[in-house]
Amino acid sequence: MTVLGLAVADPFAGVAHMLGHPFEVRAVIAGSLIAAAAALVGWFVVLRSQVFTGDALSHVAFTGALAALAAGIDLRIGLFVGCVVFGLAMAVLGRNGRADDVVIGSVFAWVLGLGVLLLTVYTTGSGATDASAGINVLFGSIFGLSASQSTLAALIAVGVIVVMIAIARPLLFASLDPAVASARGVPVRVLGVVFLALVGVTAGEATQAVGSLLLLGLLSAPAGAAARLTDRPFVAMWVAVGLGVVSVWGGLAISYAASRVPPSFAIMAVATGIYLLAALAGPRPRPG
Amino acid sequence: MALLAVAAPRLGWNPVSDIDQLLRYHFMLNALRAGTIVAVAAGAIGWFMILRRQSFVGHTLATVGFPGASGAVWLGLPATWGYFGFCLAAAMVVGLLPRRALGAASSGLSEESAVIGTVQAMALGAGFLFTSLYHGFLSGTTGLLFGSFLGVTDAQVWTLLAVGLAALAVLVVIGRPLLFASVDPDVARARGVPVGALSFLFVLLLGAAAAEVSQITGTLLIFALLVMPAAAAQQLTTRTGRSLALTVLIAVAATWLGLAAAYFSAYPVGFYITTFGFAAYLLAASTRLVGGRPRRAGR
Repeated sequence: MTVLGLAVADPFAGVAHMLGHPFEVRAVIAGSLIAAAAALVGWFVVLRSQVFTGDALSHVAFTGALAALAAGIDLRIGLFVGCVVFGLAMAVLGRNGRADDVVIGSVFAWVLGLGVLLLTVYTTGSGATDASAGINVLFGSIFGLSASQSTLAALIAVGVIVVMIAIARPLLFASLDPAVASARGVPVRVLGVVFLALVGVTAGEATQAVGSLLLLGLLSAPAGAAARLTDRPFVAMWVAVGLGVVSVWGGLAISYAASRVPPSFAIMAVATGIYLLAALAGPRPRPG
Repeated sequence: MALLAVAAPRLGWNPVSDIDQLLRYHFMLNALRAGTIVAVAAGAIGWFMILRRQSFVGHTLATVGFPGASGAVWLGLPATWGYFGFCLAAAMVVGLLPRRALGAASSGLSEESAVIGTVQAMALGAGFLFTSLYHGFLSGTTGLLFGSFLGVTDAQVWTLLAVGLAALAVLVVIGRPLLFASVDPDVARARGVPVGALSFLFVLLLGAAAAEVSQITGTLLIFALLVMPAAAAQQLTTRTGRSLALTVLIAVAATWLGLAAAYFSAYPVGFYITTFGFAAYLLAASTRLVGGRPRRAGR
């Protein structure tokens, strides 16, 4: 509570106090970059009506991570392999996957059930070192990142951002009007595959920050808010990135000031709050 | 722990003794009672949900149940109240939204999907906050998310029974017009069927079903009883009555098998019920492929 008092009395001293801890610095750096990558990718996810893919990825991320743990290897290997392979599979299946699809919904529910089995296998097995592994995968543990883990997460996030910037213009064209884009020689199909692989990587990153259950929010909340604030695509993209980063900063500060509030909830709460503000304050988006 | 080890159930080749072991404890009887009630109600409501292509709505409603339940536990109230309170309130909100907002957007920036994603993540995050504040034992969170058959109280069974019966009664009354309105809303409206009112009522039923199923399979696995049995039954027959009865049968069977398997092994009930439900669906789909039954008209 003294920390909270300090933060209220003197915000600058509070921030300085917060950044005096190495784990906070790591969380802020890695979290900002992950949020920036997630917002950039998420804006295209929403544009391309692939939010359902993000929902499905949260199931795959959980099961992939726990499969790796149960097999006794690094959690992140299962996380990234699971998410990227799944993203590529969705790209091959095409845009047939609809939110209401009974088959796909059943498959994902079963994948999640499998994850629960693996969780039990892991926590009751002899190799378990972390009894709260399941909760950490579901809801993230951004303060638990080690120095090497956060460095790698930050580097991967930078890589995602660079690739996204490189393909942003043709991807926007291909997303808005695939037929015309492919007539103009834009490799629409390749772009779609690359993009879904990037979504998979981003899901793996976001799982480490806010957990597999909340990654959908990190993808879609900044995008939704940005869409409320501006109609211009390239502006909206960067607005989304800014809002995502601000959500992480705000969330980390809240959970530092009130230590019983988990950071992933605080990040989601700030992101949702920003969306609500944008929805109330921003101009109505154009119909259609 | 030693006591538990002595009393640990052992699955043998004698079915009579197996069933006797299964029914020995009161908590297991309660789990089977609750599971049966939920399976019957969820099977019937899920059958209509699939017909109306609203499984995503059902998923979202269940997600909202998680903060309800964990908030109730945090405040010292029965989790059942939280499930029903939040799911039914969310169902009312969804029911009052314009119908268009729920449909999938064809192209362009679909803000609705961003909103749904945000609502789901926010609901799950809030649930996590409540479980963190509660500081209860760690398995509580996974129990709420992935189901648990331990600790079903008598009061919970009665609540589930009351809500389940009420939901089924409403479904019996509105079943026929609802079927009409689901299959062909335009013609139904022209014939004077109150399509809007029916769809509002149905979303409320769906909220009740999502709350009931969440208490057995957990928030994240409700598809196991709400979607899979109906999907399996609709693969096997196109006749309404038969298909509905088959759905309920599969749901009850998956629940009983899942509870029994979880009782005799160390693995969670959510995994077993999902697996049995999914197996039923796969079997049904392959039976149709092999048997070459006629595909549903209009597909």
